[in-house]
Amino acid sequence: MVGKLILEDGTEISGTSFGHLEGVSGEVVFATGMTGYPQAFTDPSFYGQILVMTYPLVGNYGVPDKKLWESNKLQISGLIVSDYINTPSHFESKNTLSEWLIKEKVPALEIKDTRFLTQYLRNKGTMLGKIKFGKPVEDFDPNSINLVEKVSLKKVSKSGNGNPTASSGRGKTIVLIDCGAKRNITRCFLERGVKVITVPWDFDPFAKGVGFDFDALFVSNGPGDPKKVTKTIATIKKSLENKIPTLGICLGNQLLALAAGGDTYKLKYGHRSQNQPCLLEKSNRCYITTQNHGFAIGEIPGDFNPWFVNANDQSIEGIIHKSLPFMSVQFHPEATPGPKDTEWIFDYFLEKL
Amino acid sequence: MTLRHAQGKKYLSMKKNNKNIKKVLILGSGALKIGEAGEFDYSGSQAIKVLKEEGIKTILVNPNIATIQTSKEMADEVYFLPINAKFVEEIIKKEKPDGIFLSFGGQTALNCGIELFNKGILKKNNVQILGTPISAIILTEDREKFSAHLNKINIPTPISEAATTLKGALKIAQKIGYPVMLRAGFALGGQGSGIASNPSQLKSIAERALAFSPQILVERYLHHYKEIEYEVVRDKKDNCITVCNMENMDPLGIHTGDSIVVAPSQTLNNEEYHELRRASIDIVRSLGIVGECNVQFALNPRKLEYFVIEVNARLSRSSALASKATGYPLAYIAAKLALGYDLTNTKNKVTGVTSACFEPALDYVVIKIPRFDMDKFKGADNQLGSSMKSVGEVMGIGRTFEEGYQKAIRMLDMDYESATDEKIFQKKSAIIENLKNPTPKRMFTIAKALKDNLDIKKIYKLTGVDPWFLYRIKNIVDHEKTLSKTKKLDKDFLLELKQIGFSDKRIGELVGKTGLEIRKIRKSLNITPFVLQIDTLSAEFPAKTNYLYMTYNASHNDVESTGNKSVIVLGSGPYHIGSSVEFDWCSVNTVQNLKNYNMKSIVINCNPETVSTDYDLSHKLYFEELTFERITDIYEFENPQGVIVSVGGQTPNNRAKALYKYGVKILGTNPENIDKAEDRSKFSALLDKLKIKQPAWNAFSTLQQAEKFAEKVGYPVLIRPSYVLSGSAMNICFDKDDLIKFLNEAALISKEYPVTVSKFFQKSKEVELDAVAQNGVLKTSVISEHIEYAGVHSGDATIVLPAKNIDELMQSKMKDIAKKLSESLDITGPFNIQFLVQGNEAYIIEANLRASRTFPFIAKVTGVNLIKLFVDSLFQKNIPTVAIPKLKFTAVKVPQFSFARLTGSDPILGVEMASTGEVACFGEDLEEAYLKGMLSTGSRIPEKGIFISIGGDKKKQDFIEGARYASLLGLPIYATENTSKFLKENGIKSTRLYKIYDHKSPNVIDQFQNKKIDLVININEYKDTKDAFKIRRAAVDSNIPVMTKIKTAKLFLKALNEKRFMDLEIKPWSSYLGK
Ligand SMILES: Nc1ncnc2c1ncn2[C@@H]1O[C@H](COP(=O)(O)OP(=O)(O)O)[C@@H](O)[C@H]1O
Ligand SMILES: Nc1ncnc2c1ncn2[C@@H]1O[C@H](COP(=O)(O)OP(=O)(O)O)[C@@H](O)[C@H]1O
Ligand SMILES: [Mg+2]
Ligand SMILES: [Mg+2]
Repeated sequence: MVGKLILEDGTEISGTSFGHLEGVSGEVVFATGMTGYPQAFTDPSFYGQILVMTYPLVGNYGVPDKKLWESNKLQISGLIVSDYINTPSHFESKNTLSEWLIKEKVPALEIKDTRFLTQYLRNKGTMLGKIKFGKPVEDFDPNSINLVEKVSLKKVSKSGNGNPTASSGRGKTIVLIDCGAKRNITRCFLERGVKVITVPWDFDPFAKGVGFDFDALFVSNGPGDPKKVTKTIATIKKSLENKIPTLGICLGNQLLALAAGGDTYKLKYGHRSQNQPCLLEKSNRCYITTQNHGFAIGEIPGDFNPWFVNANDQSIEGIIHKSLPFMSVQFHPEATPGPKDTEWIFDYFLEKL
Repeated sequence: MTLRHAQGKKYLSMKKNNKNIKKVLILGSGALKIGEAGEFDYSGSQAIKVLKEEGIKTILVNPNIATIQTSKEMADEVYFLPINAKFVEEIIKKEKPDGIFLSFGGQTALNCGIELFNKGILKKNNVQILGTPISAIILTEDREKFSAHLNKINIPTPISEAATTLKGALKIAQKIGYPVMLRAGFALGGQGSGIASNPSQLKSIAERALAFSPQILVERYLHHYKEIEYEVVRDKKDNCITVCNMENMDPLGIHTGDSIVVAPSQTLNNEEYHELRRASIDIVRSLGIVGECNVQFALNPRKLEYFVIEVNARLSRSSALASKATGYPLAYIAAKLALGYDLTNTKNKVTGVTSACFEPALDYVVIKIPRFDMDKFKGADNQLGSSMKSVGEVMGIGRTFEEGYQKAIRMLDMDYESATDEKIFQKKSAIIENLKNPTPKRMFTIAKALKDNLDIKKIYKLTGVDPWFLYRIKNIVDHEKTLSKTKKLDKDFLLELKQIGFSDKRIGELVGKTGLEIRKIRKSLNITPFVLQIDTLSAEFPAKTNYLYMTYNASHNDVESTGNKSVIVLGSGPYHIGSSVEFDWCSVNTVQNLKNYNMKSIVINCNPETVSTDYDLSHKLYFEELTFERITDIYEFENPQGVIVSVGGQTPNNRAKALYKYGVKILGTNPENIDKAEDRSKFSALLDKLKIKQPAWNAFSTLQQAEKFAEKVGYPVLIRPSYVLSGSAMNICFDKDDLIKFLNEAALISKEYPVTVSKFFQKSKEVELDAVAQNGVLKTSVISEHIEYAGVHSGDATIVLPAKNIDELMQSKMKDIAKKLSESLDITGPFNIQFLVQGNEAYIIEANLRASRTFPFIAKVTGVNLIKLFVDSLFQKNIPTVAIPKLKFTAVKVPQFSFARLTGSDPILGVEMASTGEVACFGEDLEEAYLKGMLSTGSRIPEKGIFISIGGDKKKQDFIEGARYASLLGLPIYATENTSKFLKENGIKSTRLYKIYDHKSPNVIDQFQNKKIDLVININEYKDTKDAFKIRRAAVDSNIPVMTKIKTAKLFLKALNEKRFMDLEIKPWSSYLGK
């Protein structure tokens, strides 16, 4: 079955379907990571996006059991690859990628020249677009709505009982605001002996009568424009006022900046890759990081210093308060997919509690 | 975690390069050999480039005269001397370098460095080891200590124990349980390693291994694990990245050098990829590497479990491959880091704007396939295992696996047109056998099995090749089946075939058309390949890179065509016996000289070991097939002024005719005239017309005719098929029986071509003439002389320059012949003539209208660069003739053999080329230069005893002078019965040893194994005996140098008598050339 990818400027590229046969609209973005597509596709930060994979071969190791995903479903709206592999080989594989896409109703096309598409998006900037199979598809601009609302969990949930042998976070309790959190963030906290109370994006843990105490606040990754997530920003403001140690990742980084008086902007085509070099400020240490974001911090809030800077384009990759334990990073220290080089950030933060 | 964070905070303000370093000594890797080949010319050249950029004076020790790194433009001083502690110590005393680079010259440089360190030579002379600390190198080289180190940092290694004796090894194996893996310490290319399923197998492997290495490791054999490699870079600030990971398609147990390798890994999921990545980084950090390091893993295909196989704390074959696979110049960066730079203040050379501290993202796959030349080695065992046997490699780039894979198969240049090959393996039982026991042709066995619908699970079980790869190959097989059945060539299907890497020719074969016909159909349907860049970042940032490949899995070009101010230079393709780094030198020199004429060079080559595929070198680099189809694709896209086919050896030369017929402009000699020299009958007719002598010969298609001819001219005769390089299937026949036997063999090899029979000249001198002509006028020529009589392939011969025994008269006779040939073939460009000299006559063996393997040797010895003259001749009207200066010294080119790695192969020299590399050394006289050359190729000055065995009375007589020299050395002489008698008759004392079949002591084999003998001279009778072969082979397996030719053996023994170590002058190249 042949389908079309149509960009908002009218560019049309046709390809062969290997997913669900129903059109979809979304923001078209590209990612350059070479491994870990099951993790990437279930990352809620991709919600509302049609993802173009620059690495041409996709499907090689099939789809693993649900518990190895980063959320409980496919988050991408659509998928574009160059060479779909329908004959996976891996001991963990349960399904082919195509079976998964069809089951979860995600359309996918194999077009040959994903490199051209990537260059196009790089030059023109991220665009809206749709995958179409004949029938018309309604327009949808994911940035026009609060996407976080769509991916955040609905009820408070608690996990972990404070692993007594774990190191840095033994016995501490963290409130994790779920703006579309990847599961590995929770795993990283649990491994460190932290009790995690996960709350919806608009939940106010500082409100009276929530029924629990906590030592720190964590703000997760998530999709879309940070400025739309006003309720979470308000919560972070309270946290800062109460001097509660606060850590943000990805969207959480942008939200912390906004809460503290800084500003964010939309990148031309974002960072979606597993090889972004980030320099630790005032050092010669550079870390290879996984990233998945379209927005970034443009203005660092007053009492904060830059913490990390991108070695390729000098964009801000993290901020840290001059004296208090407030900090955030734009990249993903929890990895999955990608390198684990910055997992130490969890320890660094937990040691401050 | 906390530890890594602490490291994160431990930053210091950085200092750029270490200002105390003004002069650096670089150790090269010597002659090309199996396991240590062209990749080290590439890495060394990169290191020199960095040093030059930094304004640091460079001193290079490398006797490999055919390399690019030993060119004038490269190091400031070059020493063509053996890379061992003794010589290097003298060089250090003389040059007083501040620092030394040990990691750019392979295992040879590393071993030499360790010895220099252990002997305190570096310390005494204040030479600082730059880059990775020596302690780390020593640790990684000692397999036992290293394994203990890894276990300390919680990195798993297979259960193993080291032994220094056979008995010890047997005991350990008993404990671990068979099968076990045996590996030698301090060795490379898996030398001496093997898999033992029982004590008797263990015994034979261990004995061989212990001859080369003081230590062997007995290890758990990991059956059909995946073999994965990571290339890691670390700077002194502890920044650490993995530039590339690679997955072997062949399972563990087949040496990575012999394995088909893909980058990036295909079957590893996120967890596996990053678990191994983390382990690599932990290892590299724990060792304190500064620069580049390679880590090899065994990965369980059934669960998350891995073991470290080994770590190479230096640039390697894999790092060269990774550099070409990703565009990340590992050796260049490693050299920068060794000088004190950090990754964070070094730029990504491809984008020019992004940081070098990153990990490349690929938007294509690369497939490396090794090239084997097993057929060139008589008796060599075809089986692949843990000891490396391949002689070269190619790398195919594609946007589907199939595309890259089929490209690579064609790049091997062995007449394989696709991943399937119908010619071999007819019977099913043979297929099962072949799947179980992999050989160089295993790719085709797999395809055949798939074609026969053998179950993928079963194939996996037999081969250990992951089903992922099998499914991809099946995709190719299935498409072939469909095409053969339907013969349909509609646009969609044809495009699909091209997208999975089918050549026009292969498609044609399957539908009964020629490749050219398919090409026409394809172009009429608008199906053409597109040009993409290798940019390290998958297009995330704009890149100006000129590193290119072609694909059908795209619909746009990344670059524009260069147009008329450009020239395409065809490179050499994979290194193999007969075509090696010398042709890379020629290609690179062509590119450099094109700059003089403002010509933009477009290089096409597919060999990742080369310098010519360094994208910095040329205006554009196409990492592509050297097939007619691809060359014309590129030609049509680029519209250059023309194509140079005469500098990359025989492969590009073979393309000349078809390209010319297609309408491609060939620069230099007209391809019709090239053909007149290549085609034996045409050439012979020409020689007759010009009254130039040649050995009597003729071509025959029946045995009777051949026999009659042989009777007429008299035996011995030489038989060969036409149009092959390096004497494939050539043989000398001493009588009718030989002729009948060999002719049947030759007929099998080549059906299309009749067999030629020539009169074989015995005891005749062989001479090389290399030259350049312009428009039929000879501009310069150089004559060099073989030491061995004709009958030793010119690629295996010891060659002397200037010629000593060819008088003026003969030289001018040869020059006249060269003039006549230039004129009649209207030569513009390089050419080479091989002569036989008998009496006062010069006979032509052959002429090649292309650069020959002696070109770099000539350039470096005489100072006259024939490649430069060639390029001048293309762009200057009438170039002046060039006189070769009179030389006040002698240079000798000595071949390097790799017999030790090729179990079962016969180390005897003949008309078939067998050497894998060469060196050349300089001296006051022949003896000095030859001795240096021999010491550079692994010979040692004998100190224990010499074994002599000469077949036949005539040869014994001929050797008498050599025997006298041997006895003057004052070492015990051992000999077989008749030789011993003969020596006694001539007053030379010797101990008689029994032949192997005598089963009596003192036996030859025992004396070898007891290390009583350290030089073997075995001259065979015309008809060789089985026992003589066994003696030679046993010597090779016991790591004893073997000489099989009278003239070189005599010269060696003479040189040993006349020269002591002190007599061997330690002089740089420049002082010979008087500059
Ligand atoms: N324990 C083992 N079980 C099976 N195969 C092994 C084992 N160890 C090594 N090998 C195989 O032997 C090859 C050569 O071993 P290696 O240690 O890498 O030697 P080298 O120094 O020559 O590269 C490897 O590439 C691998 O395929
Ligand atoms: N007629 C001959 N008599 C003696 N030796 C010969 C004769 N022809 C060839 N040879 C020997 O065989 C070698 C290989 O032959 P050649 O024709 O040059 O093959 P190739 O094309 O592989 O270089 C020569 O270098 C020479 O030593
Ligand atoms: Mg190895
Ligand atoms: Mg020859």
